[in-house]
Amino acid sequence: MIARHFVSLCALIALLMSGSAAHAQSVPKLQFEKLTLPNGLQVILHEDHSTPIVVANTWYHVGSGDEKPGRTGFAHLFEHLMFLGSQNVPQGQFDQWLEAVGADNNGTTSVDRTAYYEQLPSNALPLALWLDADRMGNLLPVMTQAKLDLQRDVVKNERRQRYDNVPYGRANETIWAALFPATHPYHWPPIGSMADLTAASLEDVKEFFRTYYAPNNATLVIAGDFDRDSAVTWVTRYFGGIPRNPQAPVRPTVPAFSIPRDTFLVQEDKVTLPRLYQTWHSVKLFHRDDAVLDVLADVLAGDKNSRLYKRLVFDMQVAQDVNAYQSSGRMDGYFQIIVTPKPGQTPTRMSELVGEEIGKIARDGVTARELARSLNSRRASFLDQLASVLNKADRLAAYAYNAGTPDYVQEDFARYERVTAADVQRVAASYLGRPKVVLTVVPEGKRQLMVSGGGK
Amino acid sequence: MSRSLPSVARIAAAGLATMVACSGPRVVTTPPPVPAPAVTPSPATRIDLTKPPTLGPPPSLRPPQISTRELPNGLRIVVLEQHELPLVDVMLQVRSGGETDPAGKVGMADLVAAMLTEGTANRTALQIADQAAFLGIQLNASSSWERSTIALHAPTAQLDSALALFSDVALRPAFPAADLERVRKVRLTALQQLRDRAPAIADRAFASAVFGDHPYGRPLAGTEGSVASITREDVQRFYTTYYRPNNATLLVVGDVRPDDVERRARELFGAWARGTVPMAPNAAQPRPKGTRVVIVDKPGAEQTSFRLGGIGAPRTTSDYFPLQVMNTILGGSYTSRLNANLRETKGYTYGASSGFGLRRSAGPFIASAEIVTAKTDSALIEFLKELRAIRDTVPADELAKAKRYLQLGLPSSLETTQGIAQEFLPLIAYGIPLDFHASAVQRYGAVTQADVQRVARQYVDPDRLTIVLVGDRKVIEPGIRALNPGEIITRDIRDVLGAPPTP
Repeated sequence: MIARHFVSLCALIALLMSGSAAHAQSVPKLQFEKLTLPNGLQVILHEDHSTPIVVANTWYHVGSGDEKPGRTGFAHLFEHLMFLGSQNVPQGQFDQWLEAVGADNNGTTSVDRTAYYEQLPSNALPLALWLDADRMGNLLPVMTQAKLDLQRDVVKNERRQRYDNVPYGRANETIWAALFPATHPYHWPPIGSMADLTAASLEDVKEFFRTYYAPNNATLVIAGDFDRDSAVTWVTRYFGGIPRNPQAPVRPTVPAFSIPRDTFLVQEDKVTLPRLYQTWHSVKLFHRDDAVLDVLADVLAGDKNSRLYKRLVFDMQVAQDVNAYQSSGRMDGYFQIIVTPKPGQTPTRMSELVGEEIGKIARDGVTARELARSLNSRRASFLDQLASVLNKADRLAAYAYNAGTPDYVQEDFARYERVTAADVQRVAASYLGRPKVVLTVVPEGKRQLMVSGGGK
Repeated sequence: MSRSLPSVARIAAAGLATMVACSGPRVVTTPPPVPAPAVTPSPATRIDLTKPPTLGPPPSLRPPQISTRELPNGLRIVVLEQHELPLVDVMLQVRSGGETDPAGKVGMADLVAAMLTEGTANRTALQIADQAAFLGIQLNASSSWERSTIALHAPTAQLDSALALFSDVALRPAFPAADLERVRKVRLTALQQLRDRAPAIADRAFASAVFGDHPYGRPLAGTEGSVASITREDVQRFYTTYYRPNNATLLVVGDVRPDDVERRARELFGAWARGTVPMAPNAAQPRPKGTRVVIVDKPGAEQTSFRLGGIGAPRTTSDYFPLQVMNTILGGSYTSRLNANLRETKGYTYGASSGFGLRRSAGPFIASAEIVTAKTDSALIEFLKELRAIRDTVPADELAKAKRYLQLGLPSSLETTQGIAQEFLPLIAYGIPLDFHASAVQRYGAVTQADVQRVARQYVDPDRLTIVLVGDRKVIEPGIRALNPGEIITRDIRDVLGAPPTP
């Protein structure tokens, strides 16, 4: 167990900054205490008394990557069911009780994890812990087919609102299916398919809960304005009696793979302009090249002076927008460049220009100024992440799960400080030199705009 | 951190939260004690885990220290200290925005703001962007109905260089002709792309149907015609007329001291010349005679975008607190009636909400949702039912929950420097006393069932609604007609946004 520290963030930063040059300013440490209950629940405490609010954030170590074939979208559908009441919480009261004490809450599901948070006035922490414990320990006795059917409809509407009825909204689903092999946990997105949502059964709900929703498969972070000893008492009282799952859930296997040759896809959509998506298989979160690829993304499309924005949007004015990013999870990752051509311009022309700019970086490297812009912007973002207890709770949970320790924010940033120009040049040549998945989303009836192997 | 792989959330980030946020500050000072959901005596010997715990009294809020100054040229300075992190937000807010756009030049205020960071007497657009990224700062300018704001977010370690850049952008914009043409093209293309998004079409159609020729009936970002017609001289004239110290406030939030801020402001803005700033016009607002339904055809749409409502209230209304409570009950929170009915009971949508756009003049009241196409008529029945029911007396426990949610909810809105700035910018814009938060809890507490009923009856009129439905007309129109909700008008997207350009 790590001793508690009462050095305030302010004092710490004052210390770090005294007499130092502006850019020597570093990312402050996030102080925490970590406990593990006998039933395996990991508990991370972070005190910050600057605002009288507190956050409880529970991460279950299960995401859409754990789903079975034919049940895509299930982890997220299940997440919705966690708000519909448990043994001692009548349906509808979870949210009613929280709002009545001035709290907000939500849940999110990613490929890797499912997270639930409450943000409350500091006096209301025990209510959140009690509610979270009741649904961790006692969800199934009150689970019904009606609850499942209702949230199935809600989730289908979520899919329509966020993907199907949104321009370009189905693009990444198509890309993931082509990029990751069928046996890969990232072959499908967390929202899942309509057919699989329809197929989900009450038996699936029960099996999923018994497998994954156990204290030894979860991390609870409490961050903000609370009394440490009281919090430990409440956590022990409410969560301590929940039995562990003696069988550790089977983790998905991640096949090693590479794409043998460029894959060209086209998708018609109700859009005014076509859009080009180029996607490369890259590396997982915290791989040694993960941060390098982030910097490459900044150099390509991070701001007005970035290579692609400046050439395509600013100088030539042939593109409406450009985006580039490294997207990485616990198990794998990809690098993506997205370009929307201006009216009258073609995706094929965009593809050629993007290829030229990647080639320049692979051949000639990047400048010190480009690295500095990326590093300094990212340093500021790290500082911003520490401004709210909600974000801090999220960071602590994420580091505990993905890096194996909550004490990782400084090391996370240090990854970017270590990136050299030679690194960026190397990843541009290596990762972006490999075969890729090329999807052109085109207006209905305009399949001839598709980028195909015939061009560059 | 790398960008995470995408995740899905239970509640849409841009749904309820946005509608609630536009309705103003929700802050707590010395709140009353709050009963726990169910009160259980807590015997020391045995703890009943089947009952929710009893809670202690809620905390008092510690609002930021407010310091106000004024420079001789009329520039007001408001400093809010927050020393938790070495961060500062600096906002120059000009009290003029889209409502002053001349006829035919809609989108002017928005374009002027966008052009501020596109070149100054000393720096090109690329140099401004390069410096901002190098310093790790965020520098943006934007415009709304009655204000235009230049916003800087910076680590305090960079404050000197950041303020030099900030003041250059604010005081010496050059509006280079080539950059104006580039930005104009981006905006014209973005306007064309609006045709792709049903919710955006619905917003445009609703504003136009409710407000007609009043400025609130026009789009802030302009139309393809108006944006094309704005000249560099128009932009310069707008800037020179409205961007004046006696029409502006400098709001500084974060790890700073008021004396230091004043010294810096004198250096940077002391020579900024006063000007005669015209008052924004007060145009008449139309009064609807009955309910109208505007169906905008979006063939193949999987959902129908619902926008229902009418003209609400200005920000300075004396009904501010009852309106917030009433809206929280109706559609301003997750457990609100609209969301509870349309999402959590019927499953027709991912979320339903309502909100008041509180502006200088009376802005819109809007109830909204994205509804699965097949349930369009059923959803309309439920919307109308809730808009009628809110005019009855609300039960005491429902009222109490909403008041506590508003009183106690989100003191987090004053947690970060950016959050504090967003709380205070509207107070400054609408001339509301800066100690607004000091009495807010008591004023929420004073709202009665009769107050809620009175404002519901005044501002939610189910017999004079404007209803905009953007969806697959051939599928949804018969069901809507069968309900006979009022006059039905059918439109194509081109009627709302103009004809698409020929490629």
